[in-house]
Amino acid sequence: MPWSKMDTQRQEVSQFTARLWWSLLLIVIVFAGLVSRLVFLQVWQHERYATESDDNRQQLQAIAPTRGLIYDTNGTLLAGNRASHSLTLVPEQLAGGRRGIDDVLAELAQVVTIDQDDIKRFKRRLNQPRRPYSPVALRFQLNSTEIAQITVNQHRLPGVRIVPELVRFYPLDEGFVHALGYVGRINDRELAKLDSTNYSATNHVGKLGVERFYETELHGTVGHQTVETNARGRVLQVLDRLEPVPGKDITLFLDAQLQQAAAKLLEGKRGAIVAIDPKTGGVLAMASGPSYGANQFVTGISNANYQALRNSDDLPLFNRALRGRYPPASTVKPVIAIAGIDSGIISRKYSIWDPGYYQLTEGGRLYRDWKAGGHGQVNIHKSIVESVDTFYYAISDLMSNEPMTKYLAQFGFGQVTIADQPEATKAVLPTKQWKRINREASWFRGDSLNLGIGQGFLSATPTQLATMTMVLANRGQWHQIRMIKAIDGQSVVKVSDIGRNDPKLPDNVELRRSSDWNTIHNAMIDVMHGKKGTARRSGANSSYKIAGKTGTAQVIAIKQDDTYDAEKIAEGFRDHGLYIGWAPAKDPVIAIAVIIENGGGGSSAAAPLARQLFDTYILDTQVKTEGGAKNDG
Amino acid sequence: MADFQRWAPEARKHFKQGPGLWVKLRLDPWLLMLLLVIMSLGLVVLYSGSGSSEASVYKQLVRYSLALLGMVIITQINLRNVQRWIPLLYVAGLLLLVAVLLFGVGVKGAQRWLAIPGLPRFQPSEIMKLVVPLTVSWYLASRPRPPHFIHVLVAVVLVALPVLLIAKQPDLGTALLIGSSGVFVIFFAGLLWRHLIAAIAIGAAGLPLLWMSMREYQKQRVITFLDPESDPLGAGWNIIQSKIAIGSGGINGKGWLQGTQSHLDFLPETRTDFIVAVLAEEFGLMGVCLLLFLYFLVLIRGLMIAGSASHPFDRMLAASLTLTFFVYVVVNIGMVSGLLPVVGVPLPLVSYGGTSAVTLMASLGLLMSIHARRPQRT
Repeated sequence: MPWSKMDTQRQEVSQFTARLWWSLLLIVIVFAGLVSRLVFLQVWQHERYATESDDNRQQLQAIAPTRGLIYDTNGTLLAGNRASHSLTLVPEQLAGGRRGIDDVLAELAQVVTIDQDDIKRFKRRLNQPRRPYSPVALRFQLNSTEIAQITVNQHRLPGVRIVPELVRFYPLDEGFVHALGYVGRINDRELAKLDSTNYSATNHVGKLGVERFYETELHGTVGHQTVETNARGRVLQVLDRLEPVPGKDITLFLDAQLQQAAAKLLEGKRGAIVAIDPKTGGVLAMASGPSYGANQFVTGISNANYQALRNSDDLPLFNRALRGRYPPASTVKPVIAIAGIDSGIISRKYSIWDPGYYQLTEGGRLYRDWKAGGHGQVNIHKSIVESVDTFYYAISDLMSNEPMTKYLAQFGFGQVTIADQPEATKAVLPTKQWKRINREASWFRGDSLNLGIGQGFLSATPTQLATMTMVLANRGQWHQIRMIKAIDGQSVVKVSDIGRNDPKLPDNVELRRSSDWNTIHNAMIDVMHGKKGTARRSGANSSYKIAGKTGTAQVIAIKQDDTYDAEKIAEGFRDHGLYIGWAPAKDPVIAIAVIIENGGGGSSAAAPLARQLFDTYILDTQVKTEGGAKNDG
Repeated sequence: MADFQRWAPEARKHFKQGPGLWVKLRLDPWLLMLLLVIMSLGLVVLYSGSGSSEASVYKQLVRYSLALLGMVIITQINLRNVQRWIPLLYVAGLLLLVAVLLFGVGVKGAQRWLAIPGLPRFQPSEIMKLVVPLTVSWYLASRPRPPHFIHVLVAVVLVALPVLLIAKQPDLGTALLIGSSGVFVIFFAGLLWRHLIAAIAIGAAGLPLLWMSMREYQKQRVITFLDPESDPLGAGWNIIQSKIAIGSGGINGKGWLQGTQSHLDFLPETRTDFIVAVLAEEFGLMGVCLLLFLYFLVLIRGLMIAGSASHPFDRMLAASLTLTFFVYVVVNIGMVSGLLPVVGVPLPLVSYGGTSAVTLMASLGLLMSIHARRPQRT
């Protein structure tokens, strides 16, 4: 055995040594390969590379793609591009090279206005990593006089160039910014995240809204060209060129006319209006007031203007339609009523006697109705038509948290269902678990009463309210809520059609007896057209039927013995007015949510606005349909 | 002779202390000298590549000193005495790699660093550069050689796990180095030629299948990877510029600090991965061939150490570490000269950076330690 073992060992060592020799052979061959590569580059092709190294005249330039356009549903241009000229410097080509920058800046300042701010920003851009011989921007938006001035002096300013580029332009500007968002100059943080190759010639990126969400589609793909230039940087010859692929055009559901009308109604107010097409889930209008101009952000807003916007008490920069969290107040009553009858906790014929208040215990706190003295005998129909708080105190006390939050969730509360507005917030749907985590307390009976009238912990954005209205109008049928209607002519039903993530939608609401929808719908029609309906004044004299519901959200709690006096209360503490509704009642084409901050009651502050928008949309649609111009699929 | 002894009775002892120092420190003077020469050459090029920045050179000098110290310490370890800790090291390394994927921090989209509070930030993948060849050598050393098929399979899994985790970071360069270090051990353990050829054949046959199962954008990415010049604004820019730098250097080079490509910022990463282009531009073909010759001597010395080692563990480890060093050189120079796709592998002992220097010196320390424990011929 020992001998054979030694034999194996000897065999193994000799095999190992053989493999070392093989390795040495490999090393020699590969090193020889490397050396021949070097000889090829450094001897054989030396002249070619030496010329290329000397030859700064051949340059590779990136070509920015044209940003895709955004249209409204009728083909009205909402976001286009226009030419803008910027003044740029190529540091390597300046008279004194990089060291001569200050001289050149001084010389330029005699020709065009350049302030300290421009110079500061220019130096910052200069110090960012950049490709040699690429231009660095000094000023944007040159006017024609300035262009002429520079062109005349160009012969003594080598390395100074006027570069034309296409920049975003919003022809309808103010009033659309909260729906579209805007593009702005790429900042350092965005620069780190973006694909540096594809954005090598791009200066703007979508900052908010649709412009931000569809950045990939709108941007397109960069192109490039090799050019031969003279010593001053003038292009003599294009050697080869790969065309950029322009961004895709996007059509939105937005109706420019309706959007403008909504924005106009919000002028001088704080509030939001969202309108949705119940047949598709497309957003027809999304306005937030006060608003601001988007174009100033494209070209670079001045610091003073920006601070003024930022520091305004009315928060114009705040997108109330997507991010405003308001107590929905009585506008949730239809859903609460559905929760009551569909869960079987109350019957369809359920009614109460309303003395004008509700008490949890004998002699305890009074939960007051808005109408002193009460509404008398109240059933479901009357509870919605006259918005009887006492009725909802009673049924929410019977239900407690669970059925109410479950049904509210089915109508989109507490979740983001809009697919392509990245800023949207989900507000608060107060489940028991939510209260345990966020308030570190269990759910009380009083919480149920507040929830039943849409107050307390519950909050919703105007977009969520419009979504709820759509589901109500559709008898439970959901659609994905979205801005986009089509991309490059291809219609988009879900954003997953273009490879994005769909938000999770609740299932369609299936009531156990579908006739219950009629009960709710009839009551909501009587809100607008009934003798005692809370919004009867806004429903009067219409050529079509409307279904709706008003709401008045308390901003501060009113002590139980105080009476509410709008005159005496400072404006900031006045009630928010809310309204939801759709029209025509039997065949809905538009669902609207309106909220006016500190506007007072919903029937006087919000409902009239909605009526005007219904008229704008429906009467115009009819006119257009009769004229055959509107092609509505 | 007797007189001599009377005059200086201690002389013989003193005379013997010269060579004795190396033995005591267990250092291999040949290897050490080569390292120092390459490093000095590297610092000269670095000074130019960093835009005459003394701070960079000084910083690198400090790193080299620390790495040399680390090497001397590693050299003192008798590997065979600490062998039983190797599997533990391996498992710990794997866990760290998983941790990198879960909680790692990174730059430019690659997640490579681990920031454990109280410790300096580090790359667990660097540790694996040593741990993987150690583990595979340890595993195969205690198995029959040539290894049975099943043992080869286990060894392949031992290599594949860390390689896949590192490739996912993604850090293709390090994954490649670690993968090849493991494969070399298996090769030197006596993997049958027919197995080796079969594996290569299966791999080659699998490639078209893989290609067909890929989506269009993935194919595009592979094409750009294999042919960077098709993307002249992105990855191709670097290669085009570095080829111009090398080619314009010619036989004798443009002279130290005279390289226009590197000094006008055309060349990217002049201190790190593309430093050999600076050398080629300023010192020409002569300069690069000198460097390649020095590397060649290091490799020869490494193979000699492997050949003289007695224990199978030592043999496999030494040969694998030497050939991994070879892979460093070839992948880096091949990439910079446009022969190979772009993967981030530094030029050993020349590229700027602390971590890679420390791991490289540690692996050379292992080589020296193996050399110090070779059977003494009398």
